[in-house]
Order: sequence, then structure tokens, then C-alpha cells
Amino acid sequence: MAVSVDEAVSTGPARDHTPSARRLGGRGRSVLEVALLTVLAVVMLFPVLWMIETSIKENRDVYAIPAKFFGFKVTLDHFKDVFAASGGGRSALSVSFLNSIVVAGVSTALATVLGVPAAWAYSRFSVKAKKDQLFFILSTRFMPPVVVVIPIFLMYRQVGLIDNKLGLILIYTAFNVPFTIWMMKGFVDEVPAEYEDAAMLDGYTRLQAFWKFTLPLLLPGIAATAVFALIFSWNEFVFAIFLTSSDSVRTAPPAIAGLIGGTTVDWGLVAAASVVFALPVLVFAYLVRKHLVAGVTLGAVRR
Amino acid sequence: MAGIEVTALHKRYPDGTVAVEHVDLSIGDGELFVMLGPSGCGKTTTLRAIAGLERQTTGDIRIGDTLVNDLPPAERDIAMVFQFYALYPHLRTRDNLAFPLRAEGLPKAEVRERVDEAARLMRLGPLLDRRPNRLSGGEQQRVALARALVRRPRAFLMDEPLTNLDAELRADMRTEIKHLQGELGTTMVYVTHDQVEAMSLGHRIAILNKGRVEQIGTPLEVYDRPASLFCAAFIGSPPMNLIEVEVADGKLRGQSGLVLTPPPGLPRDRRLVAGVRPEALEVTEPGAERSVPARVVSAEWLGDEIIYVVDHGGQRDVRVRMPSTVRFAADAPVGLRHTGGPPPVYDVSTEELVA
Repeated sequence: MAVSVDEAVSTGPARDHTPSARRLGGRGRSVLEVALLTVLAVVMLFPVLWMIETSIKENRDVYAIPAKFFGFKVTLDHFKDVFAASGGGRSALSVSFLNSIVVAGVSTALATVLGVPAAWAYSRFSVKAKKDQLFFILSTRFMPPVVVVIPIFLMYRQVGLIDNKLGLILIYTAFNVPFTIWMMKGFVDEVPAEYEDAAMLDGYTRLQAFWKFTLPLLLPGIAATAVFALIFSWNEFVFAIFLTSSDSVRTAPPAIAGLIGGTTVDWGLVAAASVVFALPVLVFAYLVRKHLVAGVTLGAVRR
Repeated sequence: MAGIEVTALHKRYPDGTVAVEHVDLSIGDGELFVMLGPSGCGKTTTLRAIAGLERQTTGDIRIGDTLVNDLPPAERDIAMVFQFYALYPHLRTRDNLAFPLRAEGLPKAEVRERVDEAARLMRLGPLLDRRPNRLSGGEQQRVALARALVRRPRAFLMDEPLTNLDAELRADMRTEIKHLQGELGTTMVYVTHDQVEAMSLGHRIAILNKGRVEQIGTPLEVYDRPASLFCAAFIGSPPMNLIEVEVADGKLRGQSGLVLTPPPGLPRDRRLVAGVRPEALEVTEPGAERSVPARVVSAEWLGDEIIYVVDHGGQRDVRVRMPSTVRFAADAPVGLRHTGGPPPVYDVSTEELVA
């Protein structure tokens, strides 16, 4: 990929040189580029690779000096430890994964259910001070979560949402709704309003027209938007660690972080838990990658 | 079938923009009525209010004898054709046509019969099993027309249905729509910004500007006697020459001395402008009888005719339509004279027709 791009670029300005000089210059540049890209790829991917390796090494290989890249004995014990407690039954980690699934899933669903109709309304109807409203909605995303975490903590303590899954679901939904509205508005703008007009003339109410004709055309956009929202909720760490404390409520990110910091760190378990944590989002993003690109370039960037 | 009465229509959106200031229309049963105007003049909003897709702020709409102000679109018994066709993308042509009928709950046999009839009228036979994405623009618009037909509505509403087609197809479809409307005899309200479309289709034309009706009349009336300076400048290609005139000894005289045939009943003591069609002027050899000296600024050869832009010493250059056999070089000294009957005359301050 990188090489072909380089060739396409270098043929233009190099036209004046002799063929051999051009070939040499082109090859020199592409070699350099490939080398740089390789270094970059190694730097980027090494932690991931190391995490995967560590998760399948036996403890004695994990701590081996010099480190073993190859030729270690493969074991799945750490993965077993992620899900099963040592005394039998479910481990605390597996409970946290379940919590993550519930919190991320429900908050994404809520954000979609609230955000998509709102985006439709902003796209279709003439609303007083529409631009100001949309800007206000976007502005809720301006500040980093850390800024609001203490006020939220105090408010949640008042209403008893501390250490409560509902509390996390609500805060994640609040963060995802503005994003959903903005991204979906771009998609709704792309669907001609005439479909709904025609359906209304054919005897449907406005809501039925939206439901039957516009919504099916929006599905790719909804998928892309939902994946982004899901990734945000799944990965969220700051609120999760401040607002939850017990193992039964805690989501995976703080739970995995909690594995580090005792007298001894079971790096194999940390790595295995991280692999399990990263996998669903990777698989999900891979499945909808086409819509993700469409969503970024078509939905969010326009206007 | 039914006529449509629009009384004192006013539409103001929640964000404060006024789309329709005041519109009164009386559309006859079986009439092909065209609403013409520049974009933003309120013609589409008026049409959508008739369809029930917009609720007017004030004013009444009657279709036939029914006051439809509070009826949803489906209960107004009208069909609408849109600029972007709006065929349901997941349905084949056949199902797109049948859709409104099934929504009404008609028996299967009748649905099939009506779909076949509409398909025959619009010659859609080979297209019946295709989805919209496999139809060309013209085909999609024919399907959209057929979908309006199958319902046998009391009135058709057309919202710039030909704008997205290329020029040749547009001319064909224009003929087809006119023919169809004549054959079915159904009331049709047709919105366009294209004056050629309006002139060639309409039994009557309403010219709208800034949310108000400027003029309603037959194509001939609208062309010959535009009711306001706006209409005068809007209709015709090239449009009317607006020449400042004064009344002197029973004659109508332009600043350059150009003499026009005066219409009866001209008011005194007002600044007046005469609207002179390019074909009511003539470029002559210099010094010809009744002509004023002038100079050709430029000439546009259009094949069957030439449009001369002529400087005759007035405030603005005038455009003159001449047969292509009469040729003058650019910059040539020529004469200019008025050959037509009395032109419409407007008051400069009120911009309205005074004689």
C-alpha cells in the first residue's frame, strides 16, 4: 500500500530525470518509507503483541530474563483465571465484564433511542434557534469528563446513585446523546424528506412515515453511530473508577486496573483480562468498518 | 375532481421566517394551474399547504366543497409528484404503484387493475419489475406520475417535477403531462420556476413574489400585459425592455425621443415606465421613418433569430428581437422604432400597471 502510493507520487515530478536516476531515487525513497513504516508499526503493535504473548505464557516465562519472544510453553490458565475464581464459581473479573456489557449496551441503546429521533427532528423541522440549540448540545461535550466528575460524584451521592450500575448508564447516555444527535443529523439530512411527504400522502402519520421509510434508510448510519457510542462506554475509565467501588458493580476498566498495585502483580492475569476486554470492540469495529468510515466521512464531517 | 380555493393564506415558521405573506387562489375544476416564481417566493409552501404537508398559520383551503384545513394529507384525496421523485427505494415499480392503493385497503383485484391501467397510460410495461435504482431519471419520474395516477385523486399537485431532468427529456415530459391532464381532466396545480414550462403548460398562471400573488392570468395575458414591474421583468426571454416615458401632446415619448403608441387612460404627473417586448421594437437603417438614431452594442445570433442589444440614448440599452435575415454589424449606427401596439405602462413608485 505505502509503496504504491509512493510510486504514484514520485512519477510526476521525476519526469525530467533519466530513467535510471528516477528508478534509483524512487527505490531509495520507497525503501526509506517502508523502513519508517515498519519501525512505526513495531512501536505501535509491540505492546499489543506483548500483551497477547504474556496472556498465554506460564508465569515462569513471564518473568524470564532475557525475555522469551518465541519458544515458550503456551497455556490458557490465565484465561481460565479471568472467568473462574480460584475457589470455584465466578471470578470478580468475570462479573466486571458482565457489568461492562450491561452498562455499555444499555447506555448505547438509550443514546440511540433518544438521539436518533432528536436528530430527525432537528433535520426535518423548523425549530426556534435551531443552530443555538445544536451548539448547546455539542458544547456539553467540550469539557473533559474529569472536570465534571466531582460535581457528578456529589450529586450522585445525594440521590444514591454511587456504586450503582444505573448511575454509570445514565452518565454514559448523557455523554453519548449529543454525539448521536450530531452524527445522526448528518445521516438524516442525506435522506430526502420527500419519502416522508409521499408516505404521508399515502395515508401514514408523520411518525409512521419516519418509522417505515426513513428509519430503514438510516440503519447503516445508526450502526456506525452506535459503535462509536459503544466504544466510548466500553472504554470509559474515569467515571467508572470514581463512581463505583464494589466488585459487583464495577466495570472492567477499573477492575483490570485494580489487579495492579498489590504486593505481587499477576501479569499473566492482567494481560489475559486485557485481551478479553479488547477483543469484543475490535471484532465489532471490524464487522462494521465500512459503515464506520462512511459515518466519519459522510455523517459527522459535513457542514 | 374538484376545484381548489385558497383564501388569505399566510404561513409563518416558528423561527420567524414568513414563507407566504398573503395568497388568494381560485383554481377551477379540471384546470391546469401553474404557480410560477423565483425561489423563495412561497409557491412550494403554498402547494405543500394545499397538500397538507404544512399547516398554514392563517387562511382557509377548500378542495371541492370540503374545508381541508385540519385534514391530514391522506384524507384530502390528492396526489403529489415531487422534484426528487420519492419512489420507495426498496419496492419494485409495480409495488411502488400499488403502495398507495394497498395503504387505502383496496381489494387485490382492483389494485392490480388500476396498476395495469396506470402502467399502460405511462408506458411502464418493461419497468414494472425494476427497483428505482435501476431506473433513469425520466423513468423514475414517469413512475412517480403513474403512482399519482393510480389513486384517481381529485387533484394533482406537482412540485417542480421536471427540474431534475435534462432539457430534451423535460420537453417530452412536458408534452406528456399536458396531454395526460387534458385526457383525464383532473385539476392540476403545477409549481415551477421555469417560465417556459409555465407558459406552455398552464391554462392559467399565477406569478408569485415574496409570498404574494403578483398576477393571475392566461399565458397570453401574463405575457402581453404583466400586472407589475416584477412580472414584466420576470416573464419573457429576454424580458421586456423597461423604458422611462413621458406623456406629451397625446404621445408617449421615451427620453431618447422614441415614440410609442400610447394606451388610453394614461395618468398625468407621475413617473411612468413602459414595458416594451423585444419583438415590438425594430432595428432599421439609420434615419428610417419614425426611428431614433441608435447604435448596436452587441448581437446574439440564436439561429432562427437575432437579439440585438441597442443603445438609443435612453437610460438602459434595449433588446430587440429580429429575424436572422436582418443583419447589422456590432457598433453600426442604426435606427430604432416601435412597431407594436400600445405597451403596458407602469407607475415607477407603485410598480403597478396603470394603463
